[in-house]
This record gives sequence, C-alpha cells and structure tokens, in this order.
Amino acid sequence: MTDTQGHHHEGEHAHPQLGFLRKYVFSTDHKVIGIQYLVTAMAMAVIGGTLSLLMRLQLGWPHDAFPFLARLMPKAFDSTGHMDPGFYLSLVTMHGTIMVFFLFTAVLTGGFGNFLIPLQIGARDMAFPFLNALSYWVFLVSCIVIFSALMVQGGAPLGGWTAYAPLSALPDLDPHQGTGMTLWITAIALFTASGLMGGLNYITTILTMRTKGLSMMRLPLTQWSLLITAVLGLLAFPVLLAAAILLVFDRVGGTSFFIPGGIIMGGKLIEHTGGHPLLWQHLFWFFGHPEVYIVILPAMGIASDILSTFCRKPIFSYKMMVYAMAAISGLSFIVWGHHMFVSGMSPFLGSVFTITTLLIAVPSAVKTFNWLGTVWGARIQFTSAGLFSIGFVSLFVSGGLSGIFLGTSAADIQLQDTYFVVAHFHLVMAIAPLFAAYAGLYYWFPKMFGRFMNETIGKVHFWASFVGVYCVFFPMHILGIGGQMRRIYDPLNYLFLQPQQVLNVFVSISAFFLGAAQILFLGNFFISIWAGKRVTENNPWKATTLEWETPCPTGHGNFGPELPVVHRWAFDYSPPGTKEDFLPQTAPAVPAARQH
Amino acid sequence: MADGKGPGRITTSGLAFGALMAILIVVSLWLFIAKPWWFPTLSSIHGAEIDGVFTAVLIVTGIAFVVTQAMLGYFVARYGAAGNEKADYWHDNPKAEFLLLTGTALILVVLVFMGQRVWLKYYFSGLPENAITVQVTAQQFQWQFHYPGADGKFGRTDLTLVDSVNQIGLDEKDEASKDDIVVTGEMHVPVNKPVIVRLRSKDVIHSFFLPNQRVKQDAVPGLAVEVAFTPNVAGNFELACAELCGNNHYKMRGLVTIDASEEEFNNWLKMKLTERTGD
Repeated sequence: MTDTQGHHHEGEHAHPQLGFLRKYVFSTDHKVIGIQYLVTAMAMAVIGGTLSLLMRLQLGWPHDAFPFLARLMPKAFDSTGHMDPGFYLSLVTMHGTIMVFFLFTAVLTGGFGNFLIPLQIGARDMAFPFLNALSYWVFLVSCIVIFSALMVQGGAPLGGWTAYAPLSALPDLDPHQGTGMTLWITAIALFTASGLMGGLNYITTILTMRTKGLSMMRLPLTQWSLLITAVLGLLAFPVLLAAAILLVFDRVGGTSFFIPGGIIMGGKLIEHTGGHPLLWQHLFWFFGHPEVYIVILPAMGIASDILSTFCRKPIFSYKMMVYAMAAISGLSFIVWGHHMFVSGMSPFLGSVFTITTLLIAVPSAVKTFNWLGTVWGARIQFTSAGLFSIGFVSLFVSGGLSGIFLGTSAADIQLQDTYFVVAHFHLVMAIAPLFAAYAGLYYWFPKMFGRFMNETIGKVHFWASFVGVYCVFFPMHILGIGGQMRRIYDPLNYLFLQPQQVLNVFVSISAFFLGAAQILFLGNFFISIWAGKRVTENNPWKATTLEWETPCPTGHGNFGPELPVVHRWAFDYSPPGTKEDFLPQTAPAVPAARQH
Repeated sequence: MADGKGPGRITTSGLAFGALMAILIVVSLWLFIAKPWWFPTLSSIHGAEIDGVFTAVLIVTGIAFVVTQAMLGYFVARYGAAGNEKADYWHDNPKAEFLLLTGTALILVVLVFMGQRVWLKYYFSGLPENAITVQVTAQQFQWQFHYPGADGKFGRTDLTLVDSVNQIGLDEKDEASKDDIVVTGEMHVPVNKPVIVRLRSKDVIHSFFLPNQRVKQDAVPGLAVEVAFTPNVAGNFELACAELCGNNHYKMRGLVTIDASEEEFNNWLKMKLTERTGD
C-alpha cells in the first residue's frame, strides 16, 4: 500500500499563481482562511485568558492592592490600588464572551472547519470561496469591535456573557452598560452573521462536494461533527441575532420587549412597560444551549479521529458515534430551560426540561463508552496530539458527569449560579474542547506549515496543562457546593464563604501555572512555523484520511490533476493482513478479513 | 512482523497518565467522602430532601466517574505502542452498546424520578397554611423585607410613591399599612414555622439565595414569585444575591435570623414597629 501514501503530484496547481496579498491576506483559499481564523482566535484567547487571570488575582486575594496593575490600568483600580468591582464584572463578561464566541466557536468551526472540510472530503475548495473569505473578514471586524469594548469610556459591559435583561436593556443603569454594551451587541450581531455565512458554506460543501466513493458513512467523524455543527449554527444563530436586534430596539428605540413595567431607576419609575425579562432568557438559551454543542461537537469529532489515529485502532462503533452526535444536536434544542430552573419560569417546565436534559446523558455516555472501547487493546503512540486527545476524554467525562447534578432541577436549586456551574461548563465546554483544539493543532500543523511543532515542548505543554486544568477547575465544584456564587467580586464579604477561601487561593495559583504553561504552546507554535523540523512526507502520522494524500503544506487546489477516489472508511487502523498498520481511504485493495 | 501480535508495552507516558488518573480518583474520593468542605449547615426541612437528591446523583455519577477514569487510566498505561505490533482490530459490539444504552437510560429514569419527587413536592404541594408571609423586594444592592403586622394584611404599595425613605412605595394612607413593618437588609422568621417569601424586584434581576436553607429563587422585575420553606434550626444566617445585578452585586448581602421561638420573633417585630412609629 505504500504507493497510496507516496502519491506526490507535482503540478497540482490547476489554479493560477496569485500575488502576496491575494495569496496570504485577501485569500479565498479555504486553508488560508482556516489559518487566519486560527491565528485570530489565538490572539483572542490570549486576551480572554489574561482577563481570567486578572479575575483569579482578585478572587484569590480580594482585599489586596495591586499597585503595579493600578498604574497600568488607572481606570480599573481605585487610588489605593484595589480593583474596581465594575471592572471585575466587565472582566467576567468579556472573558466569557471572548472565549465562547471568539475563541472556541471560531477555532473549532472557523479554523478547523475551513482548513479541513475540502481536504478531508477530497474537494479543491469550499462551495462558496468568496462567501468563506467574507465570513472571516466579518469575524475579524467583530473581534475588533468586541476588543474595543474594553477600551471605551465607561468600560466594557458588566452583565456577563448571557447579558440578562433588563440590566442589558437599560443603558443608563451603569456607565458600563452604555457604549460598552452597544459594542458588545454589535460584535455579537456581526459574529452571528459571519457564523451563518460559514455554516451555509460547510453544509453545502460537505453535502455536495465529496469526492468519488466518499459516502456519508465513510466520512471521518470530524466531518460529521462539522456538518452537524453547521446545521446547529444555522438554526441557533438567527435566534440570537433576533434577540440582539430586539435588545437594541429596547436600548435606543424606546421599545419594551424585555423591560417590564414598574422599574425604578435613579429613584424614579421609568416609562417602559409591558416587556418580559424572561423572554430574553428564553431566546438567549434557545441559542445558548445549542451553542454549547457548537463548541463541543467539533471537539468530539476532532478528538475521535486523532484518538483513533494514535491508538492505531479503529474508532469503536463509528455508526453509534454519528448517531450519538445527531441525537445530541437534536436534543440540544429542547433543553434550554435547564438554565432557568429558578428563574421564575413555571416549575412545570422545570420538570419537562429535567427529563430532556437527562436524556442527553444517554448519547454522551455512548460516546464515552466508545472512546474507552477505542483505547482498549490499542497500541498508543504518545505524541502531543495523541496525549491531548486522551486528555480530552478524561476531561469530557469529568465535566459531563457534573451536568447530571445541574440537570436535576431539585439539586440545581442549590447549585444554580454557584461555582459548581462554573466548574461544570469550563470542563465540558471549554477545557475539553481546548484539549481537542490543541490535539488538532499539533496534528495538522505539518499539513498547514510543512513543519512539525516541537514534540518535547508539546508533551511538557500537555502534562503541565492536564495537571493545571484539574487543579484549577476541580476544586471549583467544592467551592460551589460550599455555596460560592458566580460573578462575585469578593467572596470574603460572606461569612459562610470564608472558611473555603484557601481553595480560591489554590485555584488562583494553579491558574497562573496553567496560564504560564500556555506560553510554551504559543512559543512552540509561532517559532515552529519558521524553525520547526521539516516534514518530508505527505503522511507523517500514518493516518488514513484524505488530507494526508496531499503534500505538507498543501498547495492551492489541494489535490493533483485527479481528485482522490475513496474505497473505504476512515478508520482502517491495524487491519489484519496488511504490512503497514493502516490503510488509507484511497487504498483500492479490499483486505480479505474485513471491508467497510 | 506484519500482523505482529503481542501484549503491548507499558510506557512511561502511559504509566504517568495512569498515575494521574489514580491521583484524580483518590483526591476526588477524599473531597467527596471525607468532605473537608461541604454544603453550608442545613437549616430547613425541604433542604434535607434536596441534599438527598444531591447525594443520590453523587453516588451514581461518582461510580461512573471512578470506573471510567480508572478504565481510561488503565488502558492508556497498559496499551502503549510496541514496535510494529498491531492493535486489536475490532470496532463494533452492538450487544454491549445496547446494554450500555439501556443501562444508562434506566439509571437516568431513576434519577429523574428521585429528583422530580422532591421538585414536585417543593413546588406543587401548595403553599403552607399557617405560614408567615414576607414580601421581599430586591433592588440594587439591597433587600427590603415587608411584614404585614398584627392585622395580617399587607398595606397597599404603589411604585409612584417610592422615595429614598419609602423604598417599597408603601401607601401610608391605606388602613392596612398602619401596622406594617419594612426592614432593610435583615429578615427574621421563627423556627419550625413555614415561611412564604413573595419576591419582587424594582430594577434588574436578582436572586434570593439562602445557602443554609437551600432556597434560591430569582427576583424578576414585573413578576411576583412565591417560594416557601420551613427553617428548622435557629441561628444567624446569610442571604446572598445569586444573580449578577450590577457593579456592587457582591455587596448585596442580607442577614437572616431564625428566631428560636415565636415569642422572640414577635418581640423583634414589636421592636421594629416601635422604631417605625417612633420616627
């Protein structure tokens, strides 16, 4: 089978050579756009991560002065060097917003989606390359707008990433809710527009442009996850966009969609009347819960493919993996109310949403079982990418199980809005996807840049991060059980929280350690682009999927004059009767033992 | 060496990962069984049931957690690459999948029933009769507690009457308001007597969180939501705002005293009434 990996097509450019600007900046090449997404999102991650470290500084030592930071950011600290509580809440808001939208959604669907879809389905580019480029540039503008919210008079909004009305709907309530909040809404609206353009493109491309032989049930799980995610995005993002537009009307147009009568502001009854604050929550979470899966599904797909590659073993129960993802995405539209158990929503609905929510645990358990089944009897190669995909499984389990407490409405009464929630969603929809994204970056880096990232630094990065994330997020469960509320500037203000402050200190110190470990990654990534070890073959990891048929880095147009033809599924690792321990999807011979 | 068969290799990386999983399991068991930090002391009747649901979920998820992380740790430690040995080539087991699916679904059905029994009882058993009703009004960044006084009737409130002194807009002309008591930041209720909290907000969303009584309910402007509980341990407790409500959200703390007897509670009411009428 060696001929199938060695397939080197020299004159692969059916596409014309382009100048520097068209090639690397205003490119319509899906690979360039993917890398642009990745790098932009990484910059946003640095900002979002730094904000979280400032939060941890305050939470670990709430009564200490930070004169050095006060000199750097005079408006965010008072004259004695103590952090301003409003600034703390704007950190909370911006950290959440940046990480959910501008890091995770962007990296996983924008970055990996763009880079991988044509490559893994054997196409030369996306269905609509211009729309694709437009989606990136609108995304970039949204990043600049959200970043500028940190810089404006009054500061960034302080209502959290969920922007609950009426706090978000009344600009005069707080200086932070003025220009900063307007910019927040603008950025979110732009982001959703960008996401819609991307999603439309992904669906069309995957459904219509698969190469010969690549039936749906032969797609790598990454492709399935991206397809399902794009469908979720197309259904969920417009709801957020509509909610954001209504919010703008309430803020500047004098409407009252989310503002009820009877609100006293500045000692006076305001004129708004007739709206309902819970309407915002319903709309937001109708989008917001699928959004969680927009982040986690691609992570599941990427981690599954990489796990199988480095286990040198087929993914266990491919079909069930696909069905489970489809089930999760379908259910994700009927569980939003579990964010609202104590919101004042009818308790009848609480019962309904408990049932639908716990249903999601079934496909999630299937996936976990299948990952374990993949590792069982494997021959694991401990590359950085492999380690991160294994770490993903552990973190997904830890984060997923705590969801059962929160989905059980009776237990949620106590846990809602505490650090137990913070621990849960960070592990399951931030840290696990982060690990999948890292796995993906180490894995596809050679395909992107023609060089490897440094494996030794990569492994140190893994071990430090793996220990770090557990030290940061595991104790948060305990803080939450102890009752510590989210979005609290000073937990020491409450007597019942004082005995557990030592945990806050531990979490903060661990967070700084974890943050420092990420510098290893950033250095490794950017230095390796120019100085990493060169890749001399198409398929350095001995993987089965189509992107590994192309040179590293892949040229414009992806494949040679002929598009590859697919003869088998994406998981033929260690098939019996072959010399190598894998069969690429393009390998024509059908092994005697098993065909798929 | 094609189709190399062998036991796989125990690698340093695999062992390190397995060891970390072992540490994770041991530390978790210590945190959740020895409970060096845990829920705030319990002080309400329904709270015991909420804690019971938590414990039931904890046992189920705890077992799942330990088993999965241990399996992952063991497999990763056990099945490292060894030369050109091949991995096992199996990728399906419909029977095992079916068992797992049904098993998980069954366990979840049990959890749903256990949880819903407590949830439905809490919300749908009707408001207690002989209860003390307190109207709680949340605003940035404090709590107002309104008691009906001896006549058991709340005076009329009107938001147009709100000013810096009359924070809830109590209509002093209304006969029923004469003996009403409005206190800021401090709530008293007697032990072992049901309490109904009628919750409102004057500005943004707040959340009425009594950590010791296992009560949490958002105060939503435009809505009056009622929530009931029966405190069963006397003492001084705290009330926190659990929903982000603005820059001084963290300061929105209240004091809750569960009086040891109804007499003590009535004395406190009397004292507050004298403070008001004495003004």
